Amino acid sequence: MSTECSPFDHQRRVLLNMLGALALGPSTAIVSAQSTERVIDIVATKFEFVPDEVHVSLGETVILQFTAPDVPMGFNLADFGLRIDVVPGSVTTLRLRPEKAGSFTFFCDVFCGIGHEEMSGTLVVS
Amino acid sequence: MSEFDRRQFLQLTGVGAAVFMSGLGGGARAAASVSGSSYEDFYFVQLSDCHWGFEGAPNPDAKGTLPKAVACVNALSEVPDFVIFTGDLTHTTDDPTERRKRMSEFRDIVAALRVKPVRFIPGEHDASLDGGAAFKEFFGATNYAFDHKGVHFIALDNVSDPGARLGDEQLAWLADDLKKQTKDARIVVFAHRPLFDLYPQWDWATRDGAKAVDLLMPHADVTVFYGHIHQEHHHMTGHIAHHSAKSLIFPLPAPGSQPKRAPLPWDPAQPYRGLGLREIEAESNGAEYAITELPVQKT
Repeated sequence: MSTECSPFDHQRRVLLNMLGALALGPSTAIVSAQSTERVIDIVATKFEFVPDEVHVSLGETVILQFTAPDVPMGFNLADFGLRIDVVPGSVTTLRLRPEKAGSFTFFCDVFCGIGHEEMSGTLVVS
Repeated sequence: MSEFDRRQFLQLTGVGAAVFMSGLGGGARAAASVSGSSYEDFYFVQLSDCHWGFEGAPNPDAKGTLPKAVACVNALSEVPDFVIFTGDLTHTTDDPTERRKRMSEFRDIVAALRVKPVRFIPGEHDASLDGGAAFKEFFGATNYAFDHKGVHFIALDNVSDPGARLGDEQLAWLADDLKKQTKDARIVVFAHRPLFDLYPQWDWATRDGAKAVDLLMPHADVTVFYGHIHQEHHHMTGHIAHHSAKSLIFPLPAPGSQPKRAPLPWDPAQPYRGLGLREIEAESNGAEYAITELPVQKT
C-alpha cells in the first residue's frame, strides 16, 4: 500500500531540496520537488520496510523518503539500477519516475542482522 | 594413486561427480606452456556456508551436517593439500558473546580435520556486524595471499563492509599483490560473495567487485572460487572462471527462479539434498581445474 504525504508547504519543499542535495550521490537525480510530486515515506527498520509494498503509476514522479530508526540500512531497487544508504538520524530521499510497469523487488543491501535476508518489499508500477 | 586414477576411482565408486572446468582459453594455455613454469599436481577441498548456529526446518540436522562433512574430508582416499572454508562459517547473531561462542564451537569441530592447513575467509554472517573483529580473533586475517606448488592464491574479503564492498584499501592491496605476479601466473581467488553481478535483485553481487575483476583481467590464468549462493554455479567474465560452491546448511533456489531467495525445503526422502563440498584438482598442464562435487554423506 502506498503512503500519501500531506500537501507540500514551502518549507517542506525547501527541506527536500536540501536533503536531496546532501544525501544523493552524483549519479542520482537531485530532488527538485514539485507540488505535483507525491512523497512516500518508508521506514527501514529491523527487519522490514514499512510499507513493504509501494504503488506508483507508470511515469509518475515520486519522492521516496526514508528513515532508519535502528541501524544503517540500504535500499536497493536493482531493476532500476538505484540504491541508497539509509542512516539513522537522517532523512534520505530518492526521486523515482518508473518508465516500466510491473512488480519489482526492493531489498536492504546493507547487512543489518539476523533478519536481513528477508528484508525486502515490492514496488508495483501500474 | 595418481590424480587421474583417483578421479576415476571416485567416479566408479559413485562418491562424487567430476566435471572439468577450463578457466583458460587456448591463448592462455599456450602462454602457460611457454613460460617454463613448473607446476605440480595437487588438490584442495572447498567447504562453504556452514552457518554454524542456524536452527530451523530447512535443516533438521543442523548440528550434525558439519561434523559429517568433516568426516567426509577425513575419509578421502588421498589427503588434500589444504582445505578452504569460503565464508559463513557461523550463522549471524546480534550478540557478540554468542557470535564468539559459535566461532569457538565451529573451530573445535573443524579441528578434527586431519588435513593441515585449514584456511578460512569470512562471510557476511561472520563479519558484517562487527567489521570482522570476532573472525580475526579466531581465524586470523580476512584477506591474504599465499603460494602453493606454483599457484598463487588470493583470499579476498567482500563482507566485513556490511555494504558488500572490497573497499579502496583492499583493492590497492590486490593491485600491489598482482604486480608481483607475471601475466601468465596461475592465480586462484577465493571470495565469499560473487565478484560479478550474478543476480543483483537478490543481492548476489559485490558492489565494487568489477574493480577486482578489472585488476585480475590482465592475467591470463585466473579462476575464482566462492560461496554465498548455496549452490553450484559457473560463470565466465571474459577468460576468468567463477565457480560457486554448495552450502553445508541448506540450498537456495536458482537465481530468479522464485520471488524470494528463501531456503529450499528439507526433503526427508532425500536428506542433505543440495548440500555438499567439493575437491578441486590443479593439474600440472595448467589447462583446467577438475571439480568433483561430493555429497555430505553417501546415500
